[in-house]
Amino acid sequence: MKRRVITDMKARTFRRHIRESFKSLTRNGWMTFASVSAVTVTLLLVGVFFVIMMNLNRMATTIEEDVEIRVHIDVAANEKDKDYLEEKIGQLGGIKSITYSPKEKELDNLIKSLGDRGESFKLFEQDNPLNDVFVVKTKDPTDTMKIAKQIEKMDYVSSAKYGQGKVEKLFNVLKISRNVGLVLIIGLLFTAMFLISNTIKITIVARRREIEIMRLVGATNSFIRWPFFLEGLWLGILGAIIPIAVVSSAYYYLFDFIQAKLIREHFIKLIEFNPFVYQLSAVLLIMGAAIGIWGSLMSVRKFLKV
Amino acid sequence: MIEMQDVSKTYSNGVTALSRININIEQGEFVYVVGPSGAGKSTFIKMMYREIRPTHGTISVNGINLSKLRHNKVPLLRRNIGVVFQDFKLLQTLSVYENVAFAMEVIEEQPANIKRRVMETLDLVGLKHKARMLPTELSGGEQQRVSIARSIVNSPKVVIADEPTGNLDPDTSWEIMNIFDEINLRGTTIVMATHNKEIVNTIKHRVIAIEGGRIVRDEAKGDYGYES
Ligand SMILES: Nc1ncnc2c1ncn2[C@@H]1O[C@H](COP(=O)(O)OP(=O)(O)OP(=O)(O)O)[C@@H](O)[C@H]1O
Ligand SMILES: [Mg+2]
Repeated sequence: MKRRVITDMKARTFRRHIRESFKSLTRNGWMTFASVSAVTVTLLLVGVFFVIMMNLNRMATTIEEDVEIRVHIDVAANEKDKDYLEEKIGQLGGIKSITYSPKEKELDNLIKSLGDRGESFKLFEQDNPLNDVFVVKTKDPTDTMKIAKQIEKMDYVSSAKYGQGKVEKLFNVLKISRNVGLVLIIGLLFTAMFLISNTIKITIVARRREIEIMRLVGATNSFIRWPFFLEGLWLGILGAIIPIAVVSSAYYYLFDFIQAKLIREHFIKLIEFNPFVYQLSAVLLIMGAAIGIWGSLMSVRKFLKV
Repeated sequence: MIEMQDVSKTYSNGVTALSRININIEQGEFVYVVGPSGAGKSTFIKMMYREIRPTHGTISVNGINLSKLRHNKVPLLRRNIGVVFQDFKLLQTLSVYENVAFAMEVIEEQPANIKRRVMETLDLVGLKHKARMLPTELSGGEQQRVSIARSIVNSPKVVIADEPTGNLDPDTSWEIMNIFDEINLRGTTIVMATHNKEIVNTIKHRVIAIEGGRIVRDEAKGDYGYES
């Protein structure tokens, strides 16, 4: 019956629910303001966080090709040992490829990369001091460091070197900010939800006589609940407006400035405004609505015993 | 119309408010429920509209078995039952008209029906001319008449009243009783818990007396039977 009531809800009834939910918003004044502010702060952080993380991720993938672990094989290792080592590395999770590069090739590369100054190294062709190398690529470039450390502990490995400082730093920043951001955002999400559910609770208490009479005269449970869901929904949506506006316009105006700097110094491009910012706005709006509905659900379940 | 078979109610704190009640009330009857304070009258009445459920036995109202009634069907039961309380339970911010219309709006009646039916009902309780007033601007008797109007506006088959004259002076109580009689004459069943001796002994109807959670007396055109 419940489902039928919802789908068959008459336009008139729906208008009534909307009217009632708006009445509560204005009647609750300060609590409405507090809830909306909490959602605003939360989503603002989520928005900024998203923009930064998505861009860092994107940078990470563009320089992914450069990220490899160079496993220097112990000179004492024979062919069998090398096969064994290759197999062991392959058994680690998250490995994309393993390429063998003998020391002759390594020296060639070194000489080439040094250009004119490399000539002098040609002397070493007789008695090559370099190691044979496995070049290992990981599926997720942020795993590079972790996997390199695991490889370093294996037998027949003299050392496992990875990336240049910059890349590692980027990944470090990426990981730390992701974790800190997530914890912060989850905490804020709960705060916002809690405030919304408290606002709804106040509405329920203020309307308990009305609710009592509605039950007495036979209003359905969904009829009684709808205005509270809507109130939560509005609180969430109202809270999403400022973050969407701020994040979109900030991205729009700062884009060129930051972009120019990044290209000049690092050949890195930011994610284009369109459609990224529109998608982000949709995500923020949906999150706001979800927080609101969730908050009111908690209150309705707890305080509206129908 | 209302049937109870071997109904008992023990509250969660262990108080047994009713034990082994058997009763049958026909459509169109007018029944007084009398008995000392704490006898179980309100408990008896609340079970009829499934405000509380018996711990034992079966109740059926209007052909609906309340113990088998699913939770989400309770609203449909309530639409056939009007309830009136001692304290009126009016919404203070709504006018007389709006208070009565509220009962129709929340069960999604057609607006055209609402207007006609509310005015008709206010006329029946003699408050048509005060439709725009707020409850705070009315006397106790008038407020009770609004609450009666609200209980019957959806044309229920039965009206249940728990001490509807408990807060009113004798003269006003008689006016309220006249309205209940009028409603009953139109075919609506009335079940009324009351402590009002004069009324029970003057406007004669069936009397069910409850003491200590048991029915001790059930007589047509009975007396109040207690000193008040
Ligand atoms: N919600 C409740 N929880 C526990 N005990 C209750 C509850 N409601 C009523 N009782 C107990 O059940 C018994 C019957 O109460 P009930 O209210 O039905 O009496 P009553 O006949 O209506 O009394 P009165 O004439 O004073 O209104 C009393 O002992 C009362 O204390
Ligand atoms: Mg009572």
